[in-house]
Amino acid sequence: MHAPDVINGLAIEVTGLAKHVTSNQARLTILSGLQLAVPQRETLAILGASGSGKSTLLGLLAGLDTPSDGKVLINAQDIALLDEDGRAALRGRSMGFVFQSFQLLPSLTALENVMLPLQLAGRDDAAGQAKAALNRVGLEQRATHYPRQLSGGEQQRVAIARAFAPKPAILFADEPTGNLDAATGQRIIDLLFELNAETGTTLVLVTHDAALAARCQRRLQLIDGRLEPI
Amino acid sequence: MNSLGMAWRQLRSAWLAGEVRVLLLALVLAVGAMTAVGFFTDRIQSALNRQGSQLLGADMVVVADHAIPEKYRLEAAKLGLNAAQTLDFPSMVVHGNASHLAEIKAINGGYPLRGELTIAAQAFGAGRNTQGAPESGSVWIEPRLASLLEVAVGDSIAVGERQLRVAALLQHEPARGGDMFNIAPHLLMNEADIASTKLIQYGSRIKYQLLLAGSAVTTATYSGWIKPLLARGERLEDVKSARPEIRSALEKAQQFLGLASMASVILAMVAMSLAALPFVQGHLDTFALMRCFGASRRLIMRVLIQQALLLGLIGSLLGCVLGYMAQAGLAALAGSLFVEALPPPSWTPALAGLIAGFAAMLGVVWPHLQRLGDVPALRILRRDLGDLDAAGWLAYLPGLAVMIALIFWHAHNLKLGLVTLAGLLALLLVSAGLALLGGRLLRQLPLGSSSAWKLGIAGLMRRPAMAVAQVIGLSLGLMALILLALVRGDLLHSWQASLPADAPNRFIINIQPNQIADMQSFLSGSGIGTTTVLPMVRGRLIAVNDKPLVPAQYQDDRARRLVEREFNLSWTAQMQADNKILAGRWWRADEQGKPMLSLEQGIAENLGIRLGDRLTYDVGGTPITLSVTSLRKVEWDSMHVNFFAVAPPGVLDQFPASYITSFHLPLGQEATLNQLVKRFPNLTIIDVAALMQQVRDIMDKMVYAVQYVFGFSLLAGLAVLYAALVATREERTREATLLRVLGASRRQVVMATMAEFFCMGLLAAVIATLAASTLAYYISAHLLDIPYAFNFGLAMIALVSACVLVPLAAWLGVRGLLNQPPRQILHSI
Ligand SMILES: Nc1ncnc2c1ncn2[C@@H]1O[C@H](COP(=O)(O)OP(=O)(O)OP(=O)(O)O)[C@@H](O)[C@H]1O
Ligand SMILES: [Mg+2]
Repeated sequence: MHAPDVINGLAIEVTGLAKHVTSNQARLTILSGLQLAVPQRETLAILGASGSGKSTLLGLLAGLDTPSDGKVLINAQDIALLDEDGRAALRGRSMGFVFQSFQLLPSLTALENVMLPLQLAGRDDAAGQAKAALNRVGLEQRATHYPRQLSGGEQQRVAIARAFAPKPAILFADEPTGNLDAATGQRIIDLLFELNAETGTTLVLVTHDAALAARCQRRLQLIDGRLEPI
Repeated sequence: MNSLGMAWRQLRSAWLAGEVRVLLLALVLAVGAMTAVGFFTDRIQSALNRQGSQLLGADMVVVADHAIPEKYRLEAAKLGLNAAQTLDFPSMVVHGNASHLAEIKAINGGYPLRGELTIAAQAFGAGRNTQGAPESGSVWIEPRLASLLEVAVGDSIAVGERQLRVAALLQHEPARGGDMFNIAPHLLMNEADIASTKLIQYGSRIKYQLLLAGSAVTTATYSGWIKPLLARGERLEDVKSARPEIRSALEKAQQFLGLASMASVILAMVAMSLAALPFVQGHLDTFALMRCFGASRRLIMRVLIQQALLLGLIGSLLGCVLGYMAQAGLAALAGSLFVEALPPPSWTPALAGLIAGFAAMLGVVWPHLQRLGDVPALRILRRDLGDLDAAGWLAYLPGLAVMIALIFWHAHNLKLGLVTLAGLLALLLVSAGLALLGGRLLRQLPLGSSSAWKLGIAGLMRRPAMAVAQVIGLSLGLMALILLALVRGDLLHSWQASLPADAPNRFIINIQPNQIADMQSFLSGSGIGTTTVLPMVRGRLIAVNDKPLVPAQYQDDRARRLVEREFNLSWTAQMQADNKILAGRWWRADEQGKPMLSLEQGIAENLGIRLGDRLTYDVGGTPITLSVTSLRKVEWDSMHVNFFAVAPPGVLDQFPASYITSFHLPLGQEATLNQLVKRFPNLTIIDVAALMQQVRDIMDKMVYAVQYVFGFSLLAGLAVLYAALVATREERTREATLLRVLGASRRQVVMATMAEFFCMGLLAAVIATLAASTLAYYISAHLLDIPYAFNFGLAMIALVSACVLVPLAAWLGVRGLLNQPPRQILHSI
């Protein structure tokens, strides 16, 4: 069912990316002259000190934010050429997200949360696919539970099911274990990589955790607004 | 995707999280108040009309100066209306050597159609009620005519060329319409006998009437049908056009009710505005996430519209149900007060309530929701992005527009609407100004080492826009409560007091100058005190500004009738207490004998007469010209003797005058009247007790209804207070927790919160007390024409209780949170 938009090209290609923000008249450069090329199916870890701009970069890659300079191509598509809704549609079509703070909607059950991106993308049988995804993360028993009835680890598993259910080409994860204890975090990581292997998704993982980064094929460090190999 | 399902699920969770509750509650209250008042006035209106119908003898009357066209009667029959016809004309009635002018009413069918006649063998006491005409060959006459002609029941009198037998004395005729001081004693006869009297000839002045009664719908249909057909000399009279006293009471009642529902609507909309922001804030993350997962702006807007509509629908429907139940409860409670069961309400108020509810919801919530559509998806990564702030005046404009529309809709009166609006805007400006000023003052306050105060005031300063909004909300809520207390107690009481239990219920007219002293001593001998005795001279208006008057020059039928009729002119040095000068001025003591005249404003309007115009009256063949030097407003529902035209003493003294007075006859003393009439046979006693009872009934019922409807304002006021208190709860909780984590004691946190709210409460109480008193003053003095006294005690109570209650409520709000360990709270936010 899933077919990457470009079979042998790059999933992500970034050239000369810069992000400046002005606050209180002071111009702050977070990223500048950043280059990045991520082939299809690669798993990439981005490390960096707190405040180095990891989340900012992720936001730019996902088209959540607009760069001050430079280009971001997703599956060879320049996202600067898309408007807000175009970028939203691109996200819905080919990206998945896992966040540090889970970001489940409290108004929806676990199953409904997983169904949300499927419904937004207009998939038929959203319920069936969502159920299958919940099964895969071992939460079929908790489908009708609300987020507040689930533990942090369970919530993150629901979030992972939600991210993988539409079979995205690219998955962005921003410190997915940051809010979990070590053992639970480990199980979440295992699950993430298992699913990644099964679906052949390109994975971009932001973390401070060296052990987690070590499981990725490639590791880059964000220093002074640029990415450098470790 | 199914956006409706999405919208519904989000609303459901917002309900669980509590954000939507205040919003919905306020909407339900607003719609509830509007529909309750709508339903209730609808029903009361028709009940009152029915009561008023008894004074008219029908629901409506077609009056003509020629025979009623046959098609009018046929249409009434076709619609199934009850009908009766009467012929009214003055004629001399003779018995032996005595003769007197009587007002003859020849009846065909059941007269009156509403209410009943009381007939008896003697003048006062122990009669029986009936409807219909006297049998052919017999008449019923008023006791006054009987004593003037010296006839008893069983005697025969001559009416035209026919001898008719007096079958009974007519004690009470509720439908004695027209000018009650001008009418000769009544004689009722059967229309079948009319031809034999030979009184109906070409040129006779006859009033033809077609009385009609039926359901509200059919009478409305009929009056809609007939109005365009009415020809010259024909007119349609209904309850309102017939009785100024009733109309005046009804209008005041409607103003009270309109005021009450308006207050609820304003308050409820303020509560909604306060609640809208937290409601919308609660949705920020949801929409950021949806955006992140690829939802288009259009989809998000669709979900938002559907949410607003769903909320509007639920709130309006619940409000309608509440309004219906409220009016049903009220009707059940008040049922015994009404002569008959209230007619069922129509459905228009529910429709109006639904429309208003949707408008209110969309007006208040929509601008905020609109901003939600722009939530950046990046918020999902950076929490601080996209937070909405309370400021942004534009966002409040649509809500304000809806509120203004609702105000005018409910005020029933342009002036009242404008005044309310101006007052509201003034209140907003003043409270915003005071709140900002108060904030500045607070900062300068030497607080010493009291950290609670410092923390509390710092809390206020942190969100100045929200603090101002809260103070305004609190002031409005408190104002409603104070106004409610004022209106309930003072205003309604003064209104009722304007018609005290011992208000005059009988008029005596036709008193001759040499009888005044005798009559007064007779009455006081029977323990009855009279009010002032006023002179009365009959005159016909013949010229305005020296231009002769021709009745035909008036397009308006009413004006023409006024001109054709004789005026009662009176004179007095002092103006009647219940009159008010609207233009010009009353005469001074040294202006006695000057050709001045004071006219009642309504009649001046009808005749197109202005201040300074010179009116020429023909008084018994002598012309006299007077200048209009003042226009007066007259409280007709006070039941005092009042005149359309009054001159200073010394102007009309040379003309033959009769005198008029009024007095209160206690129940059960009717026998005194028999003796009075025997002693002074020429006096005419007019019984207005029934009419007064009518007016008093309306007042009582309205006082009841208004208080009930103000109950909604009370609830809406409480909703405002609550909304103002919870508006910042989220933020406050976070801060309080943080303070606790940083080592503040529970006591310090509580004290800081209470200090913050004490400041707001104090400020709001001052504003509210001032505003409510001003408003109450305005309402009483300018709208309802009743005296107003500032209620100092109540103002103090309001002030003190606001300063205690507001911090108390705030304490209740944070108390529960402070009992949990901070870690747990931090986890949950
Ligand atoms: N819109 C903005 N305005 C001002 N400063 C910003 C803005 N966006 C990002 N920053 C700043 O840029 C820097 C990078 O932020 P970012 O959130 O990307 O860091 P991070 O690497 O994700 O840190 P952490 O590991 O703590 O999550 C921070 O110093 C942040 O304060
Ligand atoms: Mg980060």
